[in-house]
Amino acid sequence: MTQDAYNFAYLDEETKRMVRRAILKALAVPGYQVPFASREMPMPYGWGTGGVQVSAAVMTPEDRFKVIDQGADDTTNAVSIRKFFERTAGVATTTRTEEASVIQTRHRIPETPLREGQILVYQVPIPEPLRFLEPRESETRKMHALQEYGLMHVKLYEDISRHGHIATAYAYPVKVEGRYVMDPSPIPKFDNPKLGRSAAIQLFGAGREQRIYALPPFSAAESLDFEDHPFDPSKADHPCALCGSEDSYLDEVITDDAGGRIFVCSDTDYCETRQARGYRGKDAA
Amino acid sequence: MTETLTQTAPGRAAPPAPAAPLLSVRDLGKSYGAHIGCAGVGFDLYPGEVMGIVGESGSGKSTLLSCLAGQLAPDRGEVVFDTREDGPRDILTMSEPERRMLSRTDWAFVHQHARDGLRMGVSAGGNVGERLMAVGARHYGEIRATAADWLGRVEIDTTRIDDRPGTFSGGMQQRLQIARNLVTGPRLVFMDEPTGGLDVSVQARLLDLLRGLVRDLGLSVVIVTHDLAVVRLLADRLMVMKLGHVVEQGLTDQVLDDPQHAYTQLLVSSVLQV
Repeated sequence: MTQDAYNFAYLDEETKRMVRRAILKALAVPGYQVPFASREMPMPYGWGTGGVQVSAAVMTPEDRFKVIDQGADDTTNAVSIRKFFERTAGVATTTRTEEASVIQTRHRIPETPLREGQILVYQVPIPEPLRFLEPRESETRKMHALQEYGLMHVKLYEDISRHGHIATAYAYPVKVEGRYVMDPSPIPKFDNPKLGRSAAIQLFGAGREQRIYALPPFSAAESLDFEDHPFDPSKADHPCALCGSEDSYLDEVITDDAGGRIFVCSDTDYCETRQARGYRGKDAA
Repeated sequence: MTETLTQTAPGRAAPPAPAAPLLSVRDLGKSYGAHIGCAGVGFDLYPGEVMGIVGESGSGKSTLLSCLAGQLAPDRGEVVFDTREDGPRDILTMSEPERRMLSRTDWAFVHQHARDGLRMGVSAGGNVGERLMAVGARHYGEIRATAADWLGRVEIDTTRIDDRPGTFSGGMQQRLQIARNLVTGPRLVFMDEPTGGLDVSVQARLLDLLRGLVRDLGLSVVIVTHDLAVVRLLADRLMVMKLGHVVEQGLTDQVLDDPQHAYTQLLVSSVLQV
């Protein structure tokens, strides 16, 4: 199905080389946002153009590719990006986390622990964790360079003063290896503990903002908090209605117009795998 | 007057005699192309002393203040600050991280417009707490208690702690800016027309507050203003600037009561009498 008019994985080799150089630099300085010459991709900004470029740059013909959107393999964004690489790279694809060697993700980290050799590519809308507090790029760069991160805590302070607890529930900032404060892309804070000490390589690509950053395997990523308001990776207090899992991140699904709702795993592969092994929740078919 | 001030200030040990200047400025100059911003400025500021800089608009007051506070790089001269750790150091040869650290800890800068010195999108408590968090405070309860304490000290009702500065009056915003600046216990405060744009009764209240804080905390202050009443009330010493040069300096009362330079005489006689 590969369309011969395109180079392997769509991007030309010089572009991949440029992206790889940015990736190597990002891995060498964990959490640091490396600028790169983001290309126009055949999809709109916000659909994962950064992630797609990173995936294209690291992909080899032997790779097995998986795409997740909000934990699911069958949503629009995931389907179209998976098809894109099926057509332009001809790589094998899968929905199984264990089988995949490159996983591109939007808004989730798979529940199944990642292993060495896997690459997790995040789609990042706004790479700068300080952006909503300090609009000037020149100033945020200086703050990163000089490790002036007090402002990040001002945001958490505001959360507590307004809501009584840290209400930031996604894109929860982390400090990488005690140095750079990083936006982990809009993953739920439930996933934050999986960022640190992960065996997989984690790459973050922001296409519109033209930044790449990375978490090398087994690097530390500490969620910011206060001593008297420690970080809490919260989730909905229910078991999954389909597979009965007590410790996966759940989506709330409205089932009728009479207030009916169920909570199901957001990670569809994890949920299906458990059901195949015979685990059943209260609403399982 | 200076000496008595320093000795009576509570909570501060009497400085060893003779006290070393906190800030020592020598031959400071800054030009904008052919136009002189300020030139040949030199003075010593001792701990607990308040120095007023007056002059008309465009006389180089604000340029001088920006150079002193490390916000603008002067063309020549030196600004030696007596740091806590390393003793006297020229701030112009310091690295940028060191200078920014100073401006978060030992220094404070009160802007004329509170909007320049505050984060308008952040609550009053967050504004006061920012400097604490910037120097490593990580205990929410303590940060909030300190913020509430400082709001009280600048006479802002502590029930307003979670309101944004946009909902405050001009005078309250200015007092909030002062609280935000003083919370880390700076030793040197730069003020750029702190009472500008406020109506007279609010001005009077703010000046009263400032005078109290300066005396209680034993702050050293460099205050730029065109309002002679402000320096009369606050400043121990006075510098008069015209066209970028210092034309006269001395004790405030001496300069104002017996002005020597023609420009100072003009300035003093231009004050409207009620």
